[in-house]
Amino acid sequence: MAETKVIERKPLSLSERTYLPQIVSGLKTTISHMFKPSVTLQYPEERPPIPKGYRGVPTLVKDPNGREKCVSCQLCEFVCPPRAIRITPGEIPEGSESEHVEKGPEEFEINMLRCIYCGLCQEVCPEEAIFLQDVFSLSGYSREELVNKKDKLYELGGTLPDSHFKWDKKKAAEEAALAGGHH
Amino acid sequence: MSEKGQTDKVTVNIDGKDVDVPTGITMIEAAEIAGKEVPHYCYHPKLSISGNCRMCLVEMGMPMRDRATGEPVMDDDGKQKIGWMPKPAIACNSKVSPGLHIKTDTDLVKDCRNGIMEFLLVNHPLDCPICDQAGECRLQEFATDYGRGFSRFIEEKNVKPKRTVLGPRVILDDERCILCSRCIRFMDEVADDPVLGFTERGSYSTLTCFPGKNLDSNYSLNTVDICPVGALTSRDFRFKMRVWFLKSVKSICTESSAGANTEVWQREGKIYRITPRRNDAVNDTWMTDSGRALYKQVEAENRLVQPKVNGGSASATEAVSAASKILKESDKIAVVASTHSSVEEQHFLSKLVRGKKAKVHAVAHLGEEDGLLLSADRTPNTRGAFITGLISELPSADLSALGSQIDAGEVDTVLAVHEDLAAVGLSDEQIDKVKLIQIATVSTPSAEKAAVLIPSLTVFERSGSFVNQQFRLQKFHAVVPGPAGLLSDLQVFASLAALTAGGVSESVRLKDAWDSLSSEIEELQGLQFRTIPDEGLAVPPGNFANIPFPEKKSLKFDSREFVREAMGVSEAS
Repeated sequence: MAETKVIERKPLSLSERTYLPQIVSGLKTTISHMFKPSVTLQYPEERPPIPKGYRGVPTLVKDPNGREKCVSCQLCEFVCPPRAIRITPGEIPEGSESEHVEKGPEEFEINMLRCIYCGLCQEVCPEEAIFLQDVFSLSGYSREELVNKKDKLYELGGTLPDSHFKWDKKKAAEEAALAGGHH
Repeated sequence: MSEKGQTDKVTVNIDGKDVDVPTGITMIEAAEIAGKEVPHYCYHPKLSISGNCRMCLVEMGMPMRDRATGEPVMDDDGKQKIGWMPKPAIACNSKVSPGLHIKTDTDLVKDCRNGIMEFLLVNHPLDCPICDQAGECRLQEFATDYGRGFSRFIEEKNVKPKRTVLGPRVILDDERCILCSRCIRFMDEVADDPVLGFTERGSYSTLTCFPGKNLDSNYSLNTVDICPVGALTSRDFRFKMRVWFLKSVKSICTESSAGANTEVWQREGKIYRITPRRNDAVNDTWMTDSGRALYKQVEAENRLVQPKVNGGSASATEAVSAASKILKESDKIAVVASTHSSVEEQHFLSKLVRGKKAKVHAVAHLGEEDGLLLSADRTPNTRGAFITGLISELPSADLSALGSQIDAGEVDTVLAVHEDLAAVGLSDEQIDKVKLIQIATVSTPSAEKAAVLIPSLTVFERSGSFVNQQFRLQKFHAVVPGPAGLLSDLQVFASLAALTAGGVSESVRLKDAWDSLSSEIEELQGLQFRTIPDEGLAVPPGNFANIPFPEKKSLKFDSREFVREAMGVSEAS
């Protein structure tokens, strides 16, 4: 057994007994804040700046020509740890604007009740079609409302700049071949 | 190979290890026996050798002999020197010989593979995100295993047609084709319908159907299976689901008594495709196109899911007990048995038949034989019905015998299993005359008239075994769960047999069925469901071999030879 050691409590000094130094130092902090810029945001009217690389709600994007970039390869569905993504693949019919892409999502669902914002879908996407952008506030009245459908995902995603135009090049090559260029 | 089952062996040295392999096989097969993978595209174990892809290049050497004297040349250790060929050889087209040395993982071999991969990828499109083959693509696999990982090709890639329709079930993506010619050889050698060929030269080479021809053989989808890349795609499976989501279950094709071994691929209770499973004794690596479409019966529009008693809804157990009551009251029962039922189901049904001394009828479903994997008997388990004692003579063409029994008042209750009575020769009046207990998967007009209607499960929803035309016992497994609330045929027959005999209905499993089968059926003695190998097991046909079955000849079956062999065995023993 450890020995109990009794520590003698020191008596308060005169200044401590008046409490005045403590009050003055407290007021100093308070008053100094009155002259500093305010850090409170009037949310939701005011929004914080979103840093680069922030992982918000996953969205689908279109390329600058308005073509939907997703080709429904389903890699995001495969990699998604909480299985929030569900894709119904479909064929792009012949005669349509982007028939050379051949495949696109018929339906694309992301269940935001399941999503953990890990960003693996964005990382794995070979077509750079899915991005976690800056939308961070999400609410709804029902579970169904929080399952983002294809329309909603494109509405949230909008258009992002593209540096490859992979499929446009493909189409150009096909047209050139038809016109008698390289076969 | 000399006598059957007696194979001569030669010793070859693969990557420094001596391995005994059968004579007459190629280096690529020898390497496989030694557990070394030699990558290849054009080689296929069931097709002739083409040797055009050059992916299987290996280093090869033979023990040295002095050219003048023929004496072995020894090295300092007293071993025979190995004379390595100055250049690599393709492993698919050289037979093994005694003392052959093969190196499959030297720098030279790796360099070769790397070079071949680069050439193949020069004009191969970066289609993987939309390609159905992704995930089971040899090009993709070997590109990661042996490729350089980036492209040095800065010129323009070839542009070729992306969706050429070759036939009713196959679409060709020409850009992806690596010209291995497997499909051409398959159509020529196996399907015996040579409609495919290459036209043009060099990088213009294109796979095409001959003018006026169409890839419409009933085996056309095998070309999709053997295509090492995604060039040939199945129109049914195209863009439906990525293969890495699919889980496969071993099954048996129910299209005919050929009994092709299959794999059924499903995801989350939905079946997406059926592919053949290699079984050298039955179907090699092939199956029919028509057999691949059978999974659609699971989601058929007229699929029955609601058990009914006298037209009103009931639970499955209620329907079974109502049926047992009807069967108990009558002693003029006829059973229309099905050769679509599994061995286990037929066993319990024959118990019921024996208990009630019922008359058994069966209907034959015959079609034209194609000499390959579509046999004349379009049901999978006629032999099983004989073995289990359910039927003692071949199924008849129609049910006119039953019809006259009904007319004569000898039958007042009919238990129909998987047969549409109106379609197999009973008139409406005859059906109306009897109390009908119908077990079926799909709705038919006569099923709607049944006093008791018991919906049943498709082959993809139950497990069991079939005996094919070669008297080969083969098992299949449930792929997806059946509609909620339904009982398996096995349970229905077991319950009916028990209830009509005055017992109580108990839940049965396949193991219970096999405990009973292996003790009661001579041919199946000592067998259990789990001990049946995946590739099946030949059952002694005994006297059943004398029955004039309708099948004549298939890929691995010749009825004359089969009978001769069976007779020879029974005489000898």
